[in-house]
Amino acid sequence: MAKILAVDDSASMRGMVAFTLRGAGHEVTEAENGQLALDAAGASAFDLVLADVNMPVMDGISMVRELRARPAYQGVPILMLTTESHTDKKMEGKAAGATGWLVKPFDPEQLLATVKRVLG
Amino acid sequence: MSKVALAQFQQVFVEESLEGLDTMESSLLALDDGGDAELVHTIFRAAHSIKGGAATFGFPEISSFTHEAESLLDEVRGGKRAIDGGIVGLLLRTVDCLRGMFARAQAGELLDDATAAVLRGELAAAMGRGAEAGAAPASARVDRAEAWTIRFRPHPGMLAGGNDPLRLIRELAGLGTLEVTAELDRLPALDRLDPSECHLGWTIALRGPASRADIAAVFDWVEGECDLAIEPVQAAAPAPAPAPPAPAPVADMAAARTQREAGGESTVRVAIGKIDGLINLVGELVITQSMLDTFRDGVDASRLALLEQGLAQLARHTRELQESVMGIRMLPIASVFNRFPRMVRDLSQKLGKQVRLELVGEHTELDKTVLEKIGDPLVHLVRNAIDHGLEPPAQRRAAGKGDTGTLRLEASHRGGSIVVEVSDDGAGLDRAAIVAKAVQRGLIAGGDGLDDEAVAELIFQPGFSTAAVTTDLSGRGVGMDVVRRNVADLGGTVTIRSTRGKGSVFTITLPLTLAIIDGLTAAVGEEHYIVPLVSIVESVQLGAEAIRTVAGGGELFRFRDEYLPLVRLHRAFGCPGAAQRIEDGLVIVVEGDGSRVGLFVDGLLGQQQAVVKSLEANYRRVQGISGATILADGSVALIVDIAGLVRLQGGRKAA
Repeated sequence: MAKILAVDDSASMRGMVAFTLRGAGHEVTEAENGQLALDAAGASAFDLVLADVNMPVMDGISMVRELRARPAYQGVPILMLTTESHTDKKMEGKAAGATGWLVKPFDPEQLLATVKRVLG
Repeated sequence: MSKVALAQFQQVFVEESLEGLDTMESSLLALDDGGDAELVHTIFRAAHSIKGGAATFGFPEISSFTHEAESLLDEVRGGKRAIDGGIVGLLLRTVDCLRGMFARAQAGELLDDATAAVLRGELAAAMGRGAEAGAAPASARVDRAEAWTIRFRPHPGMLAGGNDPLRLIRELAGLGTLEVTAELDRLPALDRLDPSECHLGWTIALRGPASRADIAAVFDWVEGECDLAIEPVQAAAPAPAPAPPAPAPVADMAAARTQREAGGESTVRVAIGKIDGLINLVGELVITQSMLDTFRDGVDASRLALLEQGLAQLARHTRELQESVMGIRMLPIASVFNRFPRMVRDLSQKLGKQVRLELVGEHTELDKTVLEKIGDPLVHLVRNAIDHGLEPPAQRRAAGKGDTGTLRLEASHRGGSIVVEVSDDGAGLDRAAIVAKAVQRGLIAGGDGLDDEAVAELIFQPGFSTAAVTTDLSGRGVGMDVVRRNVADLGGTVTIRSTRGKGSVFTITLPLTLAIIDGLTAAVGEEHYIVPLVSIVESVQLGAEAIRTVAGGGELFRFRDEYLPLVRLHRAFGCPGAAQRIEDGLVIVVEGDGSRVGLFVDGLLGQQQAVVKSLEANYRRVQGISGATILADGSVALIVDIAGLVRLQGGRKAA
């Protein structure tokens, strides 16, 4: 099972994502914003990062950019899980190096299926 | 996901959304005061989180409503629209409306109401105005049609990026009704099928007014990973639209919502430091217990000092533990104060007054129950201060004061009590008007001989109101008497100091907690009663000659210069074996609800702290009794509800 970093400033959303993934046997680390996620990513290695876009302190897209600049995270899939559906934002996310863009509302089963596919 | 787990996150979501709404409100108010652009981002983020969470946690109405506000905010954020007082006002009403929707969600009622419908219209109109003023690119409108045919063929590797065609189709369903046909022509033979690749394609008929850009936006992430063709359908006889399939998870959410309502329990957030403190104390208690445990086999004289020390430690830890546990229920008064900036803004605008609000001591902590109930009296005092106290700018200038009046709310600790003051620098009480009104109401014969304090007290009398015309603000059939009674129900008092032309100060004094009271234990026959210390004036021993019997069988006794009703507790509560003759017992003079009575008891046993147990929760409500407590010997003593008893006896007003 995989080590997953879940990043969202909303405790309910983060909790639900973590709960869903843990239920499937994954090891989940939670982070409240991009900056804390970067700290966590530096402290241990993750197989997948799931991140919100709009967060205080550091937003999700800046976080992706910083993660991609680190050699250890160049090949790690990063999925954006967000309410943001603006084309500009999506393109910005894609350019920053995000692997996929999942628009909330998220459905637990669908999330698990997606995670499974991404992890191959 | 289990429904229980979902319900649990739903509750977290509702709580964090309510906090988000508070943030939106305070940021909007700060923005109105000329705050910086970062506030817009904060407001946007809060709206955005609510919208996303609401859709996930099964509140689609909240999600779609918030979406409208978010779109407007997005234009502000993107610099396409300047924010003005009108938009701030509209967004503030949106925040109110959302609070209502969350309250209805908690109560299991329908989420949408008339207000929401109206606001949706206003938000859409506000956006529309911008579209005209901002000269939207005309080309975006050209590519519009009532129906579209979309051919969508993902490349085999698209799934690996986490992009689910089904999700994209569902997003497309937000634009109108869909008729989806799968194309199976690329499907390989089973032995050659790779389950991690996408072999299907879809032809989608979309019915609904949409622009090409809207549709393309759904697919923009997978651009280059699929073949996409978007063609408008030429106007033809529209086929009846098929009902959109209901997505399964929504039903699941609705079920969880119902489940949550069943067990809706109020929760309290506790700072982690308080919990750590408790754990520490419990640790010390365990050490003390194990030390005392060594005395299990008996005590010899040599170790007596150690035993005494252990017992002293136990007493200290118990007291500290008690204080810490009480501390968990203590919350900062900021949560009550926070509603006032908004209220003061709205009220002062409505009345054409200029008011500066000062909040002091917002971190002062109060018992959660007190906090919940102090809101209404404070709202009433603030309304009064703005409505009756503070003058309009012209009148202030004439009185040699600045145009802007000051309204100050201050909370602080004073001894074992919490003091909340509401003060204004307005006109102060009008002595002549009050006396005239009181005479007209038959409350007093005339104003002569009454000092200012006694005149001020008159406004707390039931039915008293000096406003010539009752405004829709403070004149809601609720007078200062209700404020005083509400505060008295919390074991507190309200007093007023006022100087003509300088302003008024209302002072509310509240107990730190409702869970523990200081009381005197009184014996009545075989029973013990607790009389709350705050309500005791003094206790006296009377002779039979001090008692007067009045028509109807009531008894009065002379106390200082007045006659007060006498309540024989053994008669009021039916206790056998109690002292009958007045000289065999004691009279405790108590004050509650602004009136004084004397309670006749056998004697006083001493002062103690009583942990209040609810009578209603364990038995039922009894008039004249506010609760019960357990005494040191394990027996139960009832706590006398002085205000209730006074009301029951129709006690004489304290002069």
